[in-house]
Amino acid sequence: MNMHNISWVRQDIVAPSPRPPGQGGVMDWVRKNLFNGWVSSLLTVASVMAIAWGVMAIAPWLGNSVWHAGSLSECRQILDGAPGACWGVIRDRWTQLLFGFYPTALYWRPMLAFVLLFAALAPILFRGLPQRALWFSAVYPGLAFWLIWGGSLWLPVSIYLGFAVATGLFSIAVRSGVGLAATAAIVGAALWWLYATPALVEIATDTAPILLVPVTSRELGGFLLSIVIGVSGIALSLPLGILLALGRRSGLPLIRMLSVTFIEFIRGVPLITLLFTASLLLNYFLPPGTSFDLILRVVIMVTLFASAYMAEVIRGGLAALPRGQYEAAGALGLDYWKAQRLVILPQALKISIPGIVNSFIGLFKDTTLVMFIGLLDPIALAAAIRANTNWQGIYWELFIFIGAVFFVFCFGMSRYSQYLEQRLRTDHRWEECA
Amino acid sequence: MNNTMTQRVSAHKDRLAVAGFAVEIAGMNKWYGDFHVLRDINLTVRLGERIVICGPSGSGKSTMIRCINRLEEHQSGTIVVDGIELTSDLKKIEEVRREVGMVFQHFNLFPHLTILQNCMLAPVWVRKVPEKQARDLAMHFLEKVRIPDQAHKYPGQLSGGQQQRVAIARALCMKPRVMLFDEPTSALDPEMIKEVLDTMIALAEEGMTMLCVTHEMGFAQAVADRVIFMDQGQIVEENGPKAFFSAPQSERTRAFLGQILGH
Repeated sequence: MNMHNISWVRQDIVAPSPRPPGQGGVMDWVRKNLFNGWVSSLLTVASVMAIAWGVMAIAPWLGNSVWHAGSLSECRQILDGAPGACWGVIRDRWTQLLFGFYPTALYWRPMLAFVLLFAALAPILFRGLPQRALWFSAVYPGLAFWLIWGGSLWLPVSIYLGFAVATGLFSIAVRSGVGLAATAAIVGAALWWLYATPALVEIATDTAPILLVPVTSRELGGFLLSIVIGVSGIALSLPLGILLALGRRSGLPLIRMLSVTFIEFIRGVPLITLLFTASLLLNYFLPPGTSFDLILRVVIMVTLFASAYMAEVIRGGLAALPRGQYEAAGALGLDYWKAQRLVILPQALKISIPGIVNSFIGLFKDTTLVMFIGLLDPIALAAAIRANTNWQGIYWELFIFIGAVFFVFCFGMSRYSQYLEQRLRTDHRWEECA
Repeated sequence: MNNTMTQRVSAHKDRLAVAGFAVEIAGMNKWYGDFHVLRDINLTVRLGERIVICGPSGSGKSTMIRCINRLEEHQSGTIVVDGIELTSDLKKIEEVRREVGMVFQHFNLFPHLTILQNCMLAPVWVRKVPEKQARDLAMHFLEKVRIPDQAHKYPGQLSGGQQQRVAIARALCMKPRVMLFDEPTSALDPEMIKEVLDTMIALAEEGMTMLCVTHEMGFAQAVADRVIFMDQGQIVEENGPKAFFSAPQSERTRAFLGQILGH
């Protein structure tokens, strides 16, 4: 045999064999992850002690919870010096925390609106539902408005007709340019809402009075208020943010400048100043005689504020797309809007999901700031409850309850965003296709 | 065998002689800032003609074919594609882009859509072809590039060669009159280059008007009617493939061919 021969050829193919059984089990995992060296062991022991200390501090307080008490002093009497949570305040005042001073007999209306909210969201958030269900999603805002504020059904109907007018004008004028058509649509809808709506509502209500007992904005409060502002802000700030992000990247200098100015101005100002502007200053700028509902003003301001952040988040997603995607879309003959809608935005929004949901969660929690302009959000109501002699001196229980409710909503949004990211992943879907 | 080949070639030449112009570029110049990237480009391409453009990197060959569907703007001279002059008129640009298909170096498939959806997108939204018809059209061209079985996968699950063939099918679904190829095989592993070139050769044999920026000289010899050599933003030499490779006229062409064919 030649010792210096470097030529070698495999004669038989190695057949695939099963992977050797996993080393270890529980004990091995514990050794590897918890007691891997003395630093790791020390940290494990310290963490366990910290957790134990925390549980021992809170457990008796929670364990001694008092649910049946009409006042804090009654609670203290029952507890007799032992530490314990006085949840009696939540039992006593939970309707107020949820609805504010909404008339008790009409609680069913916001509740129904809340339940229907999920029916309206389902076809948007999840796939596999019939496209026709989206009609309900479109109708829902008007319906919810009518249920919560009451009054004549014809007001929301007439507002929807304004959108129909805008769509009609747009489709007529679109032949002479998108910009002109958009202007015509906006002006047409504004005129409709300003002049046609009041007359139409009056006539329609006289002929077919479909009325609910009206409830004023002052009576709205608690989580009802937070959810109304939060959901409207979220629903409106996303499309506005998309437009602003596209505007900021637009090739048209005027559009770009307007978008940049808007975004930088709104982002450079604290939300609370915008809210004060909404509550105090806006009346000076509006035509005299128009009374603009405070909640509507707050929704507008919160939307504008959130949309500036949204625009920057989405701009990040747009910037992350390779230029080849724009070029490929253009080379196929897609015009700007089609390319954006079909190719660019689906990808850019997918990249931006964590940032978008982050903004949504921030917006929802920022709704508590409205207490500074005199609206009764849950925090303001907590202060009001504590001002009552029965519950003076209580605060942990109220804030824990409010925090827990906010947590449920925000955690839900966070989980949904993770689900959505998973669903939209198209890079490694071997399993699904195999 | 040889006889039929010559017959086919001469039949092709006869067709070219009567066909109109697909692309006419006259006195075209382009600058990036102060940098003069394309200088006095004159090029006419007949319908059915196959042109291979080669040259060292940075010579402006990609920029030139990207001017043909206005992915790049030219500053002087004229470009007429399929009878339509390219100006800043968006309508005209979209009209040209409908008739001109493009295949990119990095495929540029839409990763959020399946292969089938990639192919159906433009016919449905630009040509307004009904969905079912667009699906049949897409499947037809996917069969042509020999990957109909991958239609429901996403681009990220395909190999580079497969992705590039999908990109060709996607462009063909618009039934373009002219196809532009911008270094279609430069981003591919050597094993996959052949499958893409075979697809392109098949397309050429069907009479598609093609402009290819490529360094695949074997491809140029097999299908090109004309080979164009560019250097420093100018067309330096233009000739039939036989003469181009056997007797290059310019010193720079000789140096370039020596570089790429030398080893």
